[in-house]
Amino acid sequence: MLAKWRDGNRLILILLLLGIGLVLFLFLASAFGAVTISFPNILKMTLNKLAVFDFPATWMSVDETIIFQIRLPRVIGGILVGAALATAGALFQGLLRNPMADPYIIGTSAGAALGATIAMMLPVNLAFLGFGLVPVAAFCGALATVILVYNLARVGNKTPIVSMLLAGFVVSSLLAAIMALLISMSDRLGLNLHSVYSFLMGHISVTSWGQIAVIAPLVIGGIISARFFAFHLNAFSLGEEGAAYLGIEVERDKILILALGSMLTAAAVSISGLIGFVGLVVPHAVRLSLGPDHRLLLPASALAGGIFVVMADLLARTLLAPVEIPVGIITAIIGAPFFIYLLRRTRQEYAF
Amino acid sequence: MISLQISQVYFSYLDGLVLHDINLSIRAGEMVGLLGPNGSGKTTLIKLVSGILKPGQGEIRLDGSSLSRLSRKSVARSLAVVPQQFHIPFAFTIGEVVMLGRIPFLKAFAEESKVDRQFVANTMDLVGISELKERRFDELSGGERQKVILAMALAQQPRLLLLDEPIVHLDIAHQVEILELVKRLNMEQGLTVIGAMHDLNLAALYFDRLILLKEGRIWADGVPAQVLTEDIIRNVFSASVRVEPHPVTGVPHIVVMPKCRQD
Repeated sequence: MLAKWRDGNRLILILLLLGIGLVLFLFLASAFGAVTISFPNILKMTLNKLAVFDFPATWMSVDETIIFQIRLPRVIGGILVGAALATAGALFQGLLRNPMADPYIIGTSAGAALGATIAMMLPVNLAFLGFGLVPVAAFCGALATVILVYNLARVGNKTPIVSMLLAGFVVSSLLAAIMALLISMSDRLGLNLHSVYSFLMGHISVTSWGQIAVIAPLVIGGIISARFFAFHLNAFSLGEEGAAYLGIEVERDKILILALGSMLTAAAVSISGLIGFVGLVVPHAVRLSLGPDHRLLLPASALAGGIFVVMADLLARTLLAPVEIPVGIITAIIGAPFFIYLLRRTRQEYAF
Repeated sequence: MISLQISQVYFSYLDGLVLHDINLSIRAGEMVGLLGPNGSGKTTLIKLVSGILKPGQGEIRLDGSSLSRLSRKSVARSLAVVPQQFHIPFAFTIGEVVMLGRIPFLKAFAEESKVDRQFVANTMDLVGISELKERRFDELSGGERQKVILAMALAQQPRLLLLDEPIVHLDIAHQVEILELVKRLNMEQGLTVIGAMHDLNLAALYFDRLILLKEGRIWADGVPAQVLTEDIIRNVFSASVRVEPHPVTGVPHIVVMPKCRQD
């Protein structure tokens, strides 16, 4: 029904609904965990904290610490990760015109994983704004890999998309092999396999507001910049030649969109490891329910991605508590069947 | 109004020279057909004029300004291209596809204005696809899709329309419908048209001036009666044909002579 109602109000209404959903999930995810804290108390604490009201404390002070020092940073971290991955997925699917495109397709995941693993082996222990060496190495590994892949695929002043997908695949395979070698020698290298595994499966490792303060500007800035390319991506759906006919500077915009998507992905993996399926499934689901216009698709994917990861992280923390399930397992268990359902439901009508 | 000046243009792909010393001038309001065998350089010439390929040597001027100095956006505001076909991987509606033609006129965060919407609605009426507005592009037949692509190109308000064999995949009714429409725009609104064509008879019927390419050079240039002669067609296409006047319009009509029946 919503797909039929096409005007500016529809866009605002949908984004508003998704925004409200996101706030609801933020509260829900903050309430549950090892200790359950009631919604009214969370609301009162928050209003007190914002110095809007001064409610008498009907809760223990440890609850306040749990909410503000442990849960909220993690929940907001989850929102940022989900929003960044879903936006990057929408950018890459639109640019590459490829249904299997996700934020990791051009090597970011392999680069981040190798970077993180090498950092785990190093005997140094640096920390800055709550960041250790691992997230920084993951961020740099992801970006370095994309730069390598882009340059490998470059022919003269053009970078054909097929070459880039192939180069991405080859470089990913190579990095994965090095990674496997390191893992096989983990005893001698003093590598903690549990940490490696946790990174590969995805785990939202936000433990302080300092991390949010660094990641949030990157992600929010990235999402706003992505919206700038909405028309360009609509034009790219005609192919590169068709986009050029519509006045798009194809090679320049390609590199900008790739850089933006890679930066968002690198920011996400630096605090969460490799959470799969978010960047693949969320943009597809949004496109199928709201249509392919990137002006709506990009912001709606960001909000829906945030909701999806916060929900998955809540399940990851609570399903088998006190054991924590890697959040990437939850996103895959929900995402894969959902993706199959989408494909089957729309097999005839969704011609990619 | 647009005029196109092509001076001493050479172009080669990595594996060889494709266009050789092309000199052409096309006046505003002309309807020019580009003919020639496969590989003669028609499509390459269209791509050079559209600006997505750059000449190795020589210059192309659009209304006096050198094409290589214009931004993609300003080129897209002057000329539009209808290729053989487009594949659109996402489920855009027809209305949305035609609206893509307004992209060269939109600012980054802006929505399309009432003017844009009105213009798109008029263009869809003109092309006769208004009733398809809510349908999806991938559901349409080849002929309908090509009308949608033509409407998208016209939504760019081009002064020069480039057609790259736009009707090769279509049935005869759709071929005629599209050429009739383009011809009408050419006559009524003075739209300049350059179209690469395979069908010599349709080219003779709808284009006022024909340019025949062979192996990257201009072999003949003139009105259909000058270009489509039995001699020239034998030389350029190595095909044995008879040319007779069209029974109604009098333009050259090519009759193919099958070798297997010539006894």
